[in-house]
Amino acid sequence: MMPTSERAVVVGAGLAALRGAEAMREAGFSGSLSIVGAEPYRPYDRPPLSKHVLTGAIRADATTLPSSLGADVDWHLGSPALGLDRAARTLRLADGRRLPYDRLLVATGTRARPWPNPHEGRLTGVFTLRGRDDAAALRAALAAGPRRVLVIGGGFIGCEVANLCRQLGLPVTLVEPGPTPLARVLGTTVGSLIGAIHEGRGVDLRCGGEVEWLEDEGGRLVRGHLTDGTRIDADVAVIALGAVRNTEWLAGSGLSADPGGVDCDEAGYVLDADGRPDPRIAAAGDVARFPHPLYGGRRVALEHWSQAVAQGVHAGRLLAGAVPEAPYGELPTFWSTQGAVVVKSVGLTEGADALAFTQGEPASGRFVALYGRAGRCIAAVAVDSARWLPAHAALVAAGAPFPPRGAAADRPKGIEILAPGFP
Amino acid sequence: MSAPADASPGSPPGLRVCVDLNLCQGYAQCCYAAPRHFRIEGHEALFYDPAPAARDRADIERARVACPVQAIRVEDPGRGA
Repeated sequence: MMPTSERAVVVGAGLAALRGAEAMREAGFSGSLSIVGAEPYRPYDRPPLSKHVLTGAIRADATTLPSSLGADVDWHLGSPALGLDRAARTLRLADGRRLPYDRLLVATGTRARPWPNPHEGRLTGVFTLRGRDDAAALRAALAAGPRRVLVIGGGFIGCEVANLCRQLGLPVTLVEPGPTPLARVLGTTVGSLIGAIHEGRGVDLRCGGEVEWLEDEGGRLVRGHLTDGTRIDADVAVIALGAVRNTEWLAGSGLSADPGGVDCDEAGYVLDADGRPDPRIAAAGDVARFPHPLYGGRRVALEHWSQAVAQGVHAGRLLAGAVPEAPYGELPTFWSTQGAVVVKSVGLTEGADALAFTQGEPASGRFVALYGRAGRCIAAVAVDSARWLPAHAALVAAGAPFPPRGAAADRPKGIEILAPGFP
Repeated sequence: MSAPADASPGSPPGLRVCVDLNLCQGYAQCCYAAPRHFRIEGHEALFYDPAPAARDRADIERARVACPVQAIRVEDPGRGA
């Protein structure tokens, strides 16, 4: 690629932003490169924040990601983007500066969904967990030895935190409105098995429950009140209600963006409100909502570590001028370490109408569950059985017939077809 | 432009390690190569030190190379990424 005087700006300073910026350089982009981050930190890795940072095994500031970027990057950290003017091709930052761009990567990610009552959400002892500072603050609170931790929300973060509290010897109650933990993502059939693992570790699991309000004494949390009148005395609460995408700064830009993400086309360029791609702007990571070729072009925004890496690289190459070989369509994968139990998945379970345990024994806590939809394999979930996942990933990537015949299953006499149990 | 918030003046720059835990399948070769920085918890949960000291670079490099699925990425400011 010829030297260029073009200016590239990356909005966001997380994993997708970093890998996108690196990919631009690796693809030969030689113009100026700026990275804009809301937090005052170089890109860091989030998964350890809900795991070994909370146990105290590693410090929150040890999570800075390895990078191949050199000194030829202008970092604008601690000042989030507030506005985008596409006609003038400038980005407005919170500190008042305006950054001109010729190529822009949107990778602003998500933030933790706050507790709906702002006063209660600000009480001493009430935490959300998304960033490095959140993890450091929660770690300090857990290290102080609370009488009980109340985890609100039984998704992946909630399950990780609850199990980790047991590792620390702390009493913990997990309140989840659904019938099992992870019911929305994995269904109740697998969700109940995960719930049993956590109960076996001593987590007080309250499924079908809902926290109505948080009570304080002098600004300090003392208990949570459930809608059925149950009171749970706790001096620490972790709000684990999922994430909200950071798209507010795109208001007025003319791009198609809402709290569910910013829309992209098959190539990765963002779309305007009329559905036309802007060839100067691409998006990647949690904030990007794109048509996934594996799922019939359905638009998805995935909060997966691997997605941030793969889509970041894809978008970076795109903005550097490399012609993509194919529409972005990486097989979705994620993992969650809950205590010492590893949950891994490939594909998307949404819409699954059948499930089969193809490997291991559900009751033993080590198994693979394969999800089918309309007679095709669409996803697989492995619990402490990661080595079986690549074979299942191949079935999912190929849209192989479900139930599978003689592939990836240790049940030669045939497999039982179950309901996945989506609420 | 902001200064990197992670720089700790006075000490030699440490390493940055990140493992792709999607790829990791718990073969534990890194744990043999660098037992002070990598360990398996439970059946297959990898715990690793994301910020080893520069003096441990030989162990970390052994672990990186030994990984059967090449899931370990290392940045060594003393040597380049």
